[in-house]
Amino acid sequence: MSNHLKIVETKMLAEKIFLVRLKSETIAKSAVPGQFINIKCCDGLDAFLRRPISILRTDPYEGTFDFVFMVKGKGTDILSRLKCDDFIDCMGPLGKGFTLPVKGEKVWVVGGGIGIFPLFFLLERSTDVQKTSFLGFRAKDSIVLQNEFERVSDKVIITTDDGSYGIHGLVTKPFLERLEREKPDKVYTCGPMPMIKSIAEICIERGIFCEVSMEQRMGCGIGACLVCACKVKHGDDFEYEHVCKDGPVFPAERLIF
Amino acid sequence: MDLSVNIAGLRLKNPVIAASGTFGFGREYSEYFDLNKLGGISVKGLTLEPRKGNPPPRIAETPAGILNSVGLQNPGVHAFIEHEIPFIRKYDTAIIANVAANSVEEYCTMVEILSDADIDAIELNVSCPNVKQGCLLFGSTAQGILQVTSAVRKVCKKPLIVKLTPNVTDITEMAKAAEDAGADCVSLINTLLGMAIDIDSKKPVLANITGGLSGPAVKPVAVRMVYQVANSVKIPVIGMGGICNADDAIEFLLAGAQAIMVGTAGFVNPNVWVEVKEGIELYMENHGFRSVQEINEALIV
Ligand SMILES: Cc1cc2nc3c(=O)[nH]c(=O)nc-3n(C[C@H](O)[C@H](O)[C@H](O)COP(=O)(O)OP(=O)(O)OC[C@H]3O[C@@H](n4cnc5c(N)ncnc54)[C@H](O)[C@@H]3O)c2cc1C
Ligand SMILES: Cc1cc2nc3c(=O)[nH]c(=O)nc-3n(C[C@H](O)[C@H](O)[C@H](O)COP(=O)(O)O)c2cc1C
Ligand code: FES
Repeated sequence: MSNHLKIVETKMLAEKIFLVRLKSETIAKSAVPGQFINIKCCDGLDAFLRRPISILRTDPYEGTFDFVFMVKGKGTDILSRLKCDDFIDCMGPLGKGFTLPVKGEKVWVVGGGIGIFPLFFLLERSTDVQKTSFLGFRAKDSIVLQNEFERVSDKVIITTDDGSYGIHGLVTKPFLERLEREKPDKVYTCGPMPMIKSIAEICIERGIFCEVSMEQRMGCGIGACLVCACKVKHGDDFEYEHVCKDGPVFPAERLIF
Repeated sequence: MDLSVNIAGLRLKNPVIAASGTFGFGREYSEYFDLNKLGGISVKGLTLEPRKGNPPPRIAETPAGILNSVGLQNPGVHAFIEHEIPFIRKYDTAIIANVAANSVEEYCTMVEILSDADIDAIELNVSCPNVKQGCLLFGSTAQGILQVTSAVRKVCKKPLIVKLTPNVTDITEMAKAAEDAGADCVSLINTLLGMAIDIDSKKPVLANITGGLSGPAVKPVAVRMVYQVANSVKIPVIGMGGICNADDAIEFLLAGAQAIMVGTAGFVNPNVWVEVKEGIELYMENHGFRSVQEINEALIV
């Protein structure tokens, strides 16, 4: 449903990265990890379309949920200026989420940049499992939610592109290294295309369960306009499914990158 | 006060129709509002065989509008008849089948098939800018429209609407050709061919390079074209292009459109169709109009 939701908290987490907490009993109760909301950043014709943003966490008791966004263009810039007690026009929760792990499983999440946010929600909702987070950031000053990830993971491994914090290089490096020693039951990934592609390929090659959360430019956000196409296998052929409705989460082995 | 309109045998309980390609087959939006409130639904453009559509990205946001290059992704006419008509029929709203094809023969085959299906009208899409062959080629010349429409007319047992492209020098010529060939109605406008470039990557935003412009940005062009066409043919006109609210819709009705379609605006506001319908009702009440036809005749120039 489309609703005007009240902002109960905003916080700048790093340069150009903001957390927003919204009041919504419905979303707080019904959202599952991997789902997103579709936001109208302002009334009127500016930033005309809605912007899809992942749900970071929900608080069913307070009736609130959080999302974190990075300022990229016009829409997210407008969002970054909103304050407590302002209202945001949201549709959601939308899309299909992750398959939750079962008790006792070994879970690895691999996230890069803005791709880490839906993975946080997944970790928070996965209980009685062993959890490792591989998180890739551009540089030390773009690291966000480190403490939060540490709270919901057994181990957090951080990489930066420029080596200013943690391991220097891409997250795929420590991921591969650890794979030499142990095998997870489930891998979940979200982030830049080259990263999710190599994680998916590595998992498929080794027969490891892997789910990928995809991004695509959207129109309606509910499956009607067919613009958010994602190429998936279909027998010997392929088909375009739709990120907003069939995804954003897809099984790795179905995707054609 | 009577909101119903009768367009060459197509009876609509109100003049608000969901525009083709923006509304799927109604399933998704049925979770957002009561489809019984719609005058009709023009379904996603159908082809004889299923079509995969174009690679993504298929959408670019532009000032007050969007470019799309979906490329007629659809399950094919047979799947439509089998799976989608029964769904839409649960609602009291007209079903308009939007038809695209690559050749005159294919248009005729599809219209023959659809003439025996449980639908209320056929909208010939001779104006899709996002497929390589056929379609737009027919719609870009009066000769092409004449050729397709007259062939289809012979096999069509439903009210026949021809959907016009704005990407022509003189749209009234196209409308006249459709009328001469026996169309019952024309609908306009389809999208305006456009392009957007990402200056950082230096690549076109759309994988297809070009796409069709829709949304509020096109509205003044659309109103002008509807006005011109309504004044040059006798058959009814369905107007669309950038309608976001009742005021926009009423402009089209004043310009001479007997009914209107709304598409892109629904991406932002899933309740737009209901709001437009209710707003038209309120306007009629406030201005003392008893029928939509009275609005059509009210423009002062
Ligand atoms: C399922 C999903 C979940 C997402 N979750 C998050 C999140 O949790 N945090 C976050 O910061 N970002 C997230 N994004 C990316 C976010 O949607 C874009 O960064 C945002 O739309 C950019 O809008 P803008 O107006 O700032 O940029 P502009 O460049 O001005 O946007 C122009 C148009 O392009 C679209 N667009 C641009 N980049 C993207 C993109 N990467 N993905 C989809 N559409 C795009 C916009 O929606 C808009 O329609 C997510 C995207 C998807 C598809
Ligand atoms: C994503 C998208 C897909 C479309 N697909 C079709 C189609 O299949 N057949 C068709 O006749 N028109 C199609 N159109 C055009 C619309 O029906 C309509 O003519 C146009 O968008 C202008 O109206 P609007 O500004 O209210 O959207 C499509 C438009 C959009 C935005
Ligand atoms: S955005 Fe419309 S189908 Fe996904």
